[in-house]
Amino acid sequence: MNTRRWPGGHRYLLARRLVQVTVLLTFYGTAHWAWGIAGRPLLAGNLSSSMILGTVPLADPFAVLQILLSGHWLRWEVLAGAALVLGLYAIVGGRSFCAWVCPVNLVADGAERVRERLGLRSGLHLPRQIRYVVLTLSLLLSALLGIAAFEWVSPIGILHRELIYGIGFGAAALAGLFIFDALVLRHGWCGHLCPLGAFWAQVGRVARVRVAFDESTCTQCGDCLKVCPEPQVLNLKAAAQAGMVRSGECTHCARCISVCPEQSLAFSWRAHIEQTASAADHNERSPAS
Amino acid sequence: MTVTRRDFMRDAVAAATAAAVGLPLTGSQKALAQEAEADWRWDKSVCRFCGVGCGIQVATKDGRVVATKGDPDAPVNRGLNCVKGYFNGRIMYGDDRLTQPLMRMTDGRFDKKGDFVPVSWDQAFDEMARQAKKALAEKGPHGISIMGSGQYTIPEGYVAAKLMKAGFRSNNIDPNARHCMASAVVAFMQVFGIDEPAGNYDDIEVADSFVLWGANMAEAHPILWSRIANRRISSDPADVRIINITTFTNMSSDLADVEIVIKPSTDLAIQNYIAREILARDAVDKVFVERHCEFATGPYDIGYGMRGGSEYAFDAEKDVQAKELEVTLDAAEARAQRRETGTVVKQNNRASAGKHWLIGFEDFKKAVEPYTLDFVAELAKGDPDEDLEEFKKKLQTLADVYIRRDRNLISFWTMGFNQHQRGSWVNEQAYMNHLLVGKYARPGNSAFSLTGQPSACGTAREVGTFAHRLPADMVVANPKHRERAESIWNVPAKTVNPKPGSHITKIMRDLEDGTVKFTWVQVNNPFQATANANHWITAAREMDNFIVCSDAYPSVSAKVADLILPAAMIFEKWGLYGNAERRTQAWREQVPPPGEAKSDVWQMLEFSKRFTLAEVWGEQPVPGLKADGFDDGKLPSVLEAAAERGYKPDATLYEVLFATPVNRQVKWPDSVANGHENHTASALGDGWFPEKALFNEYVTFGKGHGHDLADFDVYYGDDVRGLRWPVVDGKETLWRFNAKYDPYAKAGAFDFYGKAGKSLPQGNLDEVTNTEARAIPGRAKIFFRPYAAPVEQPDANYDLWLSTGRVLEHWHTGTMTRRVPELHRAVPTAQVFVHPEDAKTRELARNDVVWLESRRGKIKAVVETRGRNRMPRGMIFVPFFDEGVFINKLTLDATCPLSKETDFKKCAVKMYKA
Amino acid sequence: MTTDAGRREFLRRMAQSAGVATTGGLLWAYLLGQQQQVSAHALRPPGALPEADFAATCIKCGQCVQACPFGTLRLAASGDDVPIGTPWFSPRDVPCYMCEDVPCIAACPTGALDRGLPAIEEARMGVAAIDQESCLSWQGLRCEICYRECPVRNDAITVENHPRRTSGHAVFVPLVHASHCTGCGICEKACPTELAAIRVVPPDLVKGRIGDHYRLSDGSGPGSPGATPVRGEDQGKRVPGLDYLNEDTP
Repeated sequence: MNTRRWPGGHRYLLARRLVQVTVLLTFYGTAHWAWGIAGRPLLAGNLSSSMILGTVPLADPFAVLQILLSGHWLRWEVLAGAALVLGLYAIVGGRSFCAWVCPVNLVADGAERVRERLGLRSGLHLPRQIRYVVLTLSLLLSALLGIAAFEWVSPIGILHRELIYGIGFGAAALAGLFIFDALVLRHGWCGHLCPLGAFWAQVGRVARVRVAFDESTCTQCGDCLKVCPEPQVLNLKAAAQAGMVRSGECTHCARCISVCPEQSLAFSWRAHIEQTASAADHNERSPAS
Repeated sequence: MTVTRRDFMRDAVAAATAAAVGLPLTGSQKALAQEAEADWRWDKSVCRFCGVGCGIQVATKDGRVVATKGDPDAPVNRGLNCVKGYFNGRIMYGDDRLTQPLMRMTDGRFDKKGDFVPVSWDQAFDEMARQAKKALAEKGPHGISIMGSGQYTIPEGYVAAKLMKAGFRSNNIDPNARHCMASAVVAFMQVFGIDEPAGNYDDIEVADSFVLWGANMAEAHPILWSRIANRRISSDPADVRIINITTFTNMSSDLADVEIVIKPSTDLAIQNYIAREILARDAVDKVFVERHCEFATGPYDIGYGMRGGSEYAFDAEKDVQAKELEVTLDAAEARAQRRETGTVVKQNNRASAGKHWLIGFEDFKKAVEPYTLDFVAELAKGDPDEDLEEFKKKLQTLADVYIRRDRNLISFWTMGFNQHQRGSWVNEQAYMNHLLVGKYARPGNSAFSLTGQPSACGTAREVGTFAHRLPADMVVANPKHRERAESIWNVPAKTVNPKPGSHITKIMRDLEDGTVKFTWVQVNNPFQATANANHWITAAREMDNFIVCSDAYPSVSAKVADLILPAAMIFEKWGLYGNAERRTQAWREQVPPPGEAKSDVWQMLEFSKRFTLAEVWGEQPVPGLKADGFDDGKLPSVLEAAAERGYKPDATLYEVLFATPVNRQVKWPDSVANGHENHTASALGDGWFPEKALFNEYVTFGKGHGHDLADFDVYYGDDVRGLRWPVVDGKETLWRFNAKYDPYAKAGAFDFYGKAGKSLPQGNLDEVTNTEARAIPGRAKIFFRPYAAPVEQPDANYDLWLSTGRVLEHWHTGTMTRRVPELHRAVPTAQVFVHPEDAKTRELARNDVVWLESRRGKIKAVVETRGRNRMPRGMIFVPFFDEGVFINKLTLDATCPLSKETDFKKCAVKMYKA
Repeated sequence: MTTDAGRREFLRRMAQSAGVATTGGLLWAYLLGQQQQVSAHALRPPGALPEADFAATCIKCGQCVQACPFGTLRLAASGDDVPIGTPWFSPRDVPCYMCEDVPCIAACPTGALDRGLPAIEEARMGVAAIDQESCLSWQGLRCEICYRECPVRNDAITVENHPRRTSGHAVFVPLVHASHCTGCGICEKACPTELAAIRVVPPDLVKGRIGDHYRLSDGSGPGSPGATPVRGEDQGKRVPGLDYLNEDTP
């Protein structure tokens, strides 16, 4: 197979942390140290909505969707910003947000490490689909109550805001989330409940960047499944057929890529994967070959 | 038990009443509060701040002031205070209170370039005495100086004046009151021959019209303003009218019926317009003027009180300084002075600005003739956006107020008049119009210079802490006055130096020139409060001199000093203040000063112990001294004459001047203390009561001379809330010069019995024509004084007028009020008040930081276009309380040439975005 | 059998899920309701939409907070008595200094702060209320700091003089006029009493409303502009009291 592979390795973890911290730091530096260029703030705002150098707006499309459903029209900046962000994640994969940007990822990963160290097992089992119920409720309540329902309770918003604008009692909410993830339910928040993750999972269906799977080198050792925070997406049979992980729930965290001893997994462009697959298909069918 | 409806109603009413008077609601709470306050000691005292002189009550417990309240029995304020007065009890407790002497040292020795290090009082006084002796040896008595205060208590001012004038034989003592009311003093002396106003605050309740001339009373004299407001609102508006004449709209305009916004210095022209109208409408009170007045005038070419050039002058300020010697008359000034436009006038009478001579009524009439309504209106209209005809109507209304016979009239003024390049003239003009219509020295008819400081009258003026004065209106240049002072002080003839010393701005210039080598700053912050400050700060830090600063807090002056002495504050010492209406009020020491801080009296007395007669009473050089009976340029030795009086050469100034046998008879403890301490007496430790002894000594100066004060103990009586002098036979005097009220007025219904300047040559408007002096006993002078243009005016480069002044919330340079967190929070910084258009044309918005720059310096400030002061286009205002917005780096050190009082109200600046 | 069991299991799960979702939804709705309660402390930036719309439209990004040059605004953290994540200010700490270019509004990406605000003087962030019993000026002291510091002086705060008859002094009482008060809170910041005697609160908490059925006589005569006739909406559709009148006589 000729699939072009992007190099794997532990560097992905470092890269993710780097991106997470850089995003946070840029927000923080703009807010507190007046980072900017020629008097224009570098990145004003936060993940809900922000402005790059006073010109390029960005916004959280899920928050914007809730507000729109609540019956309030918004200024074009925030709509354009939401479209831009939506477009971006439509390319790189919706849940890339979860693994690469969302500050709760740091908390969730921390909880996971604690869980591993202490060898804890979940006492509770919940279907992962419950997040779609929460997502539906978010949108439904927004429409019914006339306010953006998830934005008022979002632990992501609390953590992120309080990191940038000062700490309140939000730390308690996060401690709760940490304990929930560590002691009650593995991947409890991000993998089961978070409606924002659920939203991005839907966006992820059309993602252009994908985790490509080369069945030919796979030894079925299962290491990838052990590290995956969303193991249901590593349906290797389906992945083998498509040549990639198809589910939008994949967070592009690259743990599987890093852990795979055979380097059977790698990031790649969907178009490239599909081209390769159809070429292979074509070759297989060609009697002349 | 059930609560009946009636019970409920009764309780509710009681609760409402309790709430209304600010008491806790329940009985038990009330009892608790009363219990907590049961051991508080209440005693009468005086507000620390302005010249209004409000009485307060101070409660103390365990050596701390725990509360204050307005004294309900005080006639000035009847239990009220302004918001500064509300915080009297808090001013002593700032975090950075100075509690020990600090000296600049390196390796344990004084070093002018060293850092401040705590030292003992002995170390401090030793170095101070060494430096003073060095300066005396090098430069003579005028090589040392004291920058004193209108906030001195009477004993403090008296000790300072006596120490300098009788001890060091130096007249280089001048108070910050120079900046406050020297112009008023010159006018009082020249017009009436005696200082201080005829009327008092009681005039307010019987006046019909109030004219404010450069006095924002609403902010600067808050409690008096509430008396005027009460008079205004309790009467028919047609009966009581207020006219506010000002260079910008201020809070006093709110209550005014007419606001007249004028250009700087044009008040001179407006006064002459009023005089012209009085004459034109035949409204002169002929009987009053013929019986009690004379007409007079003086030279116009008197300069502007600046240096006429200096080696230290900044390049940018040289053009303005050059005008000190020669000015070219502009059209208005030429017309006002009956000359040709463009005439170049050499300022020949700079050194003789105060001379004057008698003229006739026809001369006077001729002099005011040019001041027509059209001319004056065009010249004076200060708001470019106001309609000229409207403005003229206002001037006519103003003239009506003076002219109507049936209306009692008070003119109030303060720094707008006094801080004026022609401040003495414009003061005299105020009396001119009041005397012309006979509205002076009668109840409800008054022309009143409001004082800024709590004892500018009582101490600075009456005690004579000025460079040219002695107590009780006497002056050092007058041999008879020196003789009388020497006699009361029991010091040899010719001890007192006949050459007036340097006024306070001149002391600064002397420091820069190196002729003054030692100065002691007391109850004053002159390095922040003197105009053109960059020069003086550099002089203090870079020249070879020694600066001592007694202060309670680290002020700008303390910062530039070499030695800082921690001072006791008002309630930490015994004292008396005299307010603007001649009311002398007293208080006891309420709490001990913190740490090693001590009263200024103690500091000066201890310092005086370090000088023997041999060191100061020998022959002394005084450059420029020229007086009858003295060799030119020196003071004779009086040591022999001293020996004849029984003073040994090694006797100290303390023994000879202060702890005299007579004064030692005034013992401490004393029953007047009523259980209160006196840390000054205790620290001296030799059993006498310095404040009382020295006050009673001071009283002998004025007794029988129209300045009679009561004895010390009288002022401490439980039922006394101050007495207005002269106090004759135990009775205060309400209206001086009026035979009905003043025991000194004996010749006719009115007797302007002041003795100064009552024998004068005669002449015409331009010169003396008959040098033979004519005596005019008992008469007041009606002066003609012309309009004169301000020496520095906005031009293409420096295109805005700058005025400075106060805000209600802060006192002077803010050393006390900025330590009260609540006041600091209320007005944390001095803003620059700007007309919105002036901001807009400079592309400035409200809250922008701007540079303000004059020929003398530049500072940053924040723009305020909506503030309490609404400026006309072309003028800005910056308060001076904030050392962070050091506005006196910009102001011009031009003074009234007669009074030497600086004009802080006008100079030219530019403003641009920082 | 297995399909039956499967179906039963599926239905059971469905019911369970629906139950959980409903309970969660109700709980959530309750929490949201709690958050939306008008707080006495929630002074909003200038140009904020009416509280309900503001709360719905604000995306909680804090760009207004960052745009404020005075550090006036902050985002409500959990624990502040203000709906979480929304911008507010506490004037006793830092009031609104009423920038002419209103940078906070310019920074708002959603329109929760209305760019239609014609000028900062038109802002209605709150309204100042004076506690006359602790106000120094009302007691006769010459304070009136609120009045002098007010950026809309003489409109939003005026001083009225009353005689203090016993002493010959006038009392200078500050009065707030809500029609001009922007709620910037400079007065509250500047008030010198231990606890501010003048405080800015959301208008809803202190403002009353005179009935539509009555017009205060302001000298402009009957039918002054804006007056609407008193008339029930459903007049003509139903005659009130008709049912009672048509009932059997007791």
